[in-house]
Amino acid sequence: MFQKLTKSSGMTALALSVLAGAGAGTLQAETLTIATVNNADMIIMQELSPKWEKKTGNKLNWVILEENVLRQRVTTDIATNGGTYDIITIGAYEAPLWGKNNWLVSLDDFDSSYNYDDIFPTVRNGLTADGHLYAVPFYAESSFTFYRKDLFKAAGLTMPANPTWTQIEEFAAKLHKPDQEQYGICLRGKAGWGDNMAVFGTMVNAFGGRWFDMNWNPELDSPEWLNALTFYTDIVQKYGAPGTPNNGHNENRAMFASGKCAIWVDATSAAGYIYNPKESSVADVTGFASAPSEVSEKGNGWFWAWALSVPKSSKNEDVAKDFLAWATSEEYINLVGEEKGWVAAPPGTRKSTYANSDYINAAPFAKTVQKQILSADPANPSAKPVPYTGVQFVAIPEFQGIGTYVGQMVSASLAGTMSPSEVLKASQNYARQEMTRSGYIK
Amino acid sequence: MARQVTNRYRVLVTLAAWCVALTLSFPIIWTLLTSFKTEIEAVASPPKFFSFDWTIENYFIVQERSDYFHHFWNSVVIAIGSTLLALVIAIPAAWSMAFVPGRRTKDILMWMLSTKMMPAVGVLIPIYLLCKDFGLLDSRIALVTILMLMNLPIVIWMLFTYLKEIPGEILEAARMDGANLKNEILYVLVPMAVPGIASTLLLNVILSWNESFWTLNLTGANAAPLTAFIVSYSSPEGLFYAKLSAASIMAIAPILILGWFSQKQLVRGLTFGAVK
Repeated sequence: MFQKLTKSSGMTALALSVLAGAGAGTLQAETLTIATVNNADMIIMQELSPKWEKKTGNKLNWVILEENVLRQRVTTDIATNGGTYDIITIGAYEAPLWGKNNWLVSLDDFDSSYNYDDIFPTVRNGLTADGHLYAVPFYAESSFTFYRKDLFKAAGLTMPANPTWTQIEEFAAKLHKPDQEQYGICLRGKAGWGDNMAVFGTMVNAFGGRWFDMNWNPELDSPEWLNALTFYTDIVQKYGAPGTPNNGHNENRAMFASGKCAIWVDATSAAGYIYNPKESSVADVTGFASAPSEVSEKGNGWFWAWALSVPKSSKNEDVAKDFLAWATSEEYINLVGEEKGWVAAPPGTRKSTYANSDYINAAPFAKTVQKQILSADPANPSAKPVPYTGVQFVAIPEFQGIGTYVGQMVSASLAGTMSPSEVLKASQNYARQEMTRSGYIK
Repeated sequence: MARQVTNRYRVLVTLAAWCVALTLSFPIIWTLLTSFKTEIEAVASPPKFFSFDWTIENYFIVQERSDYFHHFWNSVVIAIGSTLLALVIAIPAAWSMAFVPGRRTKDILMWMLSTKMMPAVGVLIPIYLLCKDFGLLDSRIALVTILMLMNLPIVIWMLFTYLKEIPGEILEAARMDGANLKNEILYVLVPMAVPGIASTLLLNVILSWNESFWTLNLTGANAAPLTAFIVSYSSPEGLFYAKLSAASIMAIAPILILGWFSQKQLVRGLTFGAVK
């Protein structure tokens, strides 16, 4: 009797523990906190995420911050192991640096349904450090040339598929009619390593320059830099829109969309917006060409990716990875295409997106974007060899400070308050001082 | 003749006052107008003042995307909580400094004020680590405490200035009538200093409501107040000026309304003791 009772109790206990275990495995919902930026693709992700929540039973708390605030906030949290966020949105600059610092969870182990091979190798390499993928790409961008086909046709001009900066200047000179509020070219001038330095950094590459030689000595006072800055200052002052030294991406985007710029060199990710007639008055008259080159074609278009990552301090690592696998999958891109229109699909990350006829038909700029992204090589950004990676930035922690300072100086040159040679002399001194202080220069 | 000059003077002064008022309030008026535009009209050049298609769509989108009332409630708790806590500490402190000053009172007051001169970011990491160790990251308790500490020097200084104006003889008379310290402060001092306390309270609520360094750096999803709500609509890549304006108006409206209704009290308190 006792044995029977014991056996029966044992069975009951076993059954209960199995049930409890099963319950823990399937019913326990987690709440994740995700920090992200406020741009169109991320807003769509927020809008579609209830589908993942419904499928998995988990919940997402969204913290949306301005890009620079997000960077500061996430850096503080990760550096102090705060654990506030389970998922963070980071860029191609942070992913390899933070990965090397052991701040991020490696993302090489998603289940077999996740198609890693479908991600463009350039994009994947840009988010990899020491052989590990530390962030999965949500969307990627390069830079290219937007131009007004109607204005070019009326002036008898033809934009080549791969223009040079000299050609761009000639076109801008012919199409610059400030009395009609039509400006030859719109370029970023607002100071910042992610603002004017994105454009100017690629311009320096195109003019054959580099940030540092193989011994980390800055080369900002080289003839290539001087040629590039003199050109940048001239084209902006002669054929640019008013207020260029203060204009960033948004200001130029608004001006191009309202028909005030003949040429605009900026992010490929803006193409979907410019091509949308609801938001742009030049949707049907805009053409696209590669980013301008000059003496070199290396690094003439930038490379940037917004990617999702899991900080080491997250307490919900597995669930966070599950969300990342969903939000960066082909399935998600198809979902966006079906629900929000194919032109809104996250660009630049997967081969399958560019093999999809629905996307190609909805986004005629797609092939140019693909070509530009595939040609951006962060490991080989300049005509000369470099000790760093990054096309429009240098993937070292010191670059934020140096890039911001040089950006402010370049902005002063555009505004005419300093000459290009004065700007480069001051920038060279600053960069040398910072690199010496950081131990790169012995 | 003298009357004519006075009238002309009055007109000029009134016009000048209107010009100053319009200049000061122009950013808010422009934000309000932008919040009723479409995104394309918000960045139109030349800018459109009134001749645009008015829409309230931005307000609906903002409310749909972000839970306004959640952020609003956090702002209310943080602003009022930190202010009340600061007053509880500051009233006795200001009383002692005003009526029983010691040799070092002035030095202490100056030292307290000097703490305001330190950039907040200088203590970000220590405070962040403290909050983390006490499990207070993304909590309203942490923000109430920190904003109270940040504003305490100003609160004590303001109250000290008001209390200094109250003649000590009145308190002496109360003591002669048998009032103890508690009754002296509660029934004699506080009623006399109500305008000063009220304006201190209002000013501190406004400062706490608008504070954006700590409220952005110590919060995530749970304790984020309206400052975080506004920041979520700012973007260097994407045109969201109309929505950003709608979010800003929704964030500042409560404090504007509060300021409007209490302006008499505020001015009275701020000018209390200005003319001797």
